[in-house]
Amino acid sequence: MNRKWVSYPYLIWMIIFIVIPSFLILFYAFTARDGQGIRFTLDNFYKFCEPIYISVLLKSLGLALFSTFVCLVVGYPVAMILASKQFSKSATLSMLFIIPMWMNFLLRTYSWLTLLEKNGIINSILSFFNLPKIDILYTDAAVVLGMVYNFLPFMILPIYTVLMKIDGKLVEAAQDLGGNSMTVFRRITLPLSIPGVMSGITMVFMPAVTTFVISKLLGGGQYTLIGNFIERQFIQLSDWNFGSAISMIMMIFILISIWIMSKFDEDKGGGAALW
Amino acid sequence: MKRFLSKLLVLAVVLSTAALAGCGTAGSTAGGSGDKVTLKVYNWGDYIGEDVIEKFEKQYNIDVVYDTFSDNEVMHTKLKSGGADYDVAIPSDYMIRRMIDEGMVKKLDFNNIPNYKYIDQKFRDLAFDPTNEYSVPYMWGTVGIIYNKTMVTDQVDSWNILWNDKYKKQVFMLDSQRDSIGITLKKLGFSLNTKKTEELEKAKQELIKQKQLGVVQSYVGDEVKDKMIMGEAAFAVVWSGDAVFMKRENPDLEYVIPKEGSNLWVDSMVVLNSTKHQKEAEQFINFMCETDIAFENADYIGYSTPHSEAKKKMSPDLLNDIAAYPTDEQTKNCEVFEDLAGSIKEYDRIWTEISAE
Repeated sequence: MNRKWVSYPYLIWMIIFIVIPSFLILFYAFTARDGQGIRFTLDNFYKFCEPIYISVLLKSLGLALFSTFVCLVVGYPVAMILASKQFSKSATLSMLFIIPMWMNFLLRTYSWLTLLEKNGIINSILSFFNLPKIDILYTDAAVVLGMVYNFLPFMILPIYTVLMKIDGKLVEAAQDLGGNSMTVFRRITLPLSIPGVMSGITMVFMPAVTTFVISKLLGGGQYTLIGNFIERQFIQLSDWNFGSAISMIMMIFILISIWIMSKFDEDKGGGAALW
Repeated sequence: MKRFLSKLLVLAVVLSTAALAGCGTAGSTAGGSGDKVTLKVYNWGDYIGEDVIEKFEKQYNIDVVYDTFSDNEVMHTKLKSGGADYDVAIPSDYMIRRMIDEGMVKKLDFNNIPNYKYIDQKFRDLAFDPTNEYSVPYMWGTVGIIYNKTMVTDQVDSWNILWNDKYKKQVFMLDSQRDSIGITLKKLGFSLNTKKTEELEKAKQELIKQKQLGVVQSYVGDEVKDKMIMGEAAFAVVWSGDAVFMKRENPDLEYVIPKEGSNLWVDSMVVLNSTKHQKEAEQFINFMCETDIAFENADYIGYSTPHSEAKKKMSPDLLNDIAAYPTDEQTKNCEVFEDLAGSIKEYDRIWTEISAE
């Protein structure tokens, strides 16, 4: 009985900062204010169906999916190395991934601006060795780089945690039965790590699809991603109704992605249990 | 337990709504404690002399809470949503018009602002405040092209240079819908206050063309200053006061107001309707118009003062600088922004289409 008290501060926090704002978004999304006052409407959603806004949404989803994919490809091996028993320095290495997170995310993104400039640090070093300069600032590549750099730890850590929990005996048994390392990975490690992969994907995809700072700074305003678009509706145009409607559409997309992930997770889990 | 929980829920809801509603009053009650008045001033970032506020506080025995904003729309949203209770704000021309129309600013009592007499005739009777009842000009300037003389051989006197595909990735445009679309309208020979769909459509096509030509490196905000000083590009569209600063840091840079004309802007001081200290607010405005203070301000931030006496104290170099004090001849094609009202949504649509290209 008494222990329930412990959760109340969080509960209040959640109500004030999550539940009430969500209802406000819901309210704004379905209403419009005109001369006579506030009325119910679906116009905000109809407006979003124009091809121009849909293309903004698709572009955001595409970039976020690609960044998530890169994070997975880069992050999975790193998580494996971290989790491997042979690797004694894993504590140091995992610190290396966590330490940058102590610095403010905005500062780290700003520093990429200076690093990638035409006459920036990276290009100065390259030209010192007579290597060709890279010119990716203000392109898709820079935005993807920024997202991968910022969100990679969110991919590595869940996979690492799951890999750590895998019973070493299972791997040993598979090896005893004659499986080579490829087979062991394919049949044992990978299926068992799927929950980690799924939560990693969700944790990278969600911030990636809604970011507006990275695309603004590293994309140089050449791209409107859905995050920038929502920000503009609120701050520049004071169109809270349209902004809320887009936010709701975004939330639906995120909920769908979480649902797909959990579905996938269950299937695999079921399959694993059967096996 | 459950009943307790539901009570708590109700309490949370009540508290949060009270907090939301209370935002508007919390500050002023705090300010009312004691005899000392607290004046809240809301200005652009990086836009005041170093110890001007301190001097005012000492002279009038008033506490000043000083906050900054980064663009007119942000300021408007914050004031409009009731989340703030400032006494004095310093927005730009078209925004002042909108605020007058929306009843957000008070008529000034010019008996408290005798220093208004120093404000140059040129900055009176302006369209956004035709009867000079609501606002006192603070700074003014233009929008133009800054370019790096070591990187450009052509003569720079027209917006067309920003559409020259010889200069691939050499142009910084402003990440500001109003300004970027505005200069394009001027390039095409239209008014930058147009609401005509076909003219806006042409400006949109022109900006898309510019992007497709590959001349634009990016659409930037304040970081343009560092970038141009470091020689990251040959051209940038900038505000004149920033140009004065950049030229000081890098002598290779030069500023022009294109011959097609551009935007001439004026930022003015207004007293907000929510104020409880109108007299003190007017004292503040009057103080900012004292010759010494106006000079110190303009000298420090690099923008141009509308104060006739302060201008006389400026160094001759600055007075001859087109970035700081362009002649009437040089600004003859320039226009002041007017409030677009509903058309800003059209602008946002155009901007989205350009950036989705």
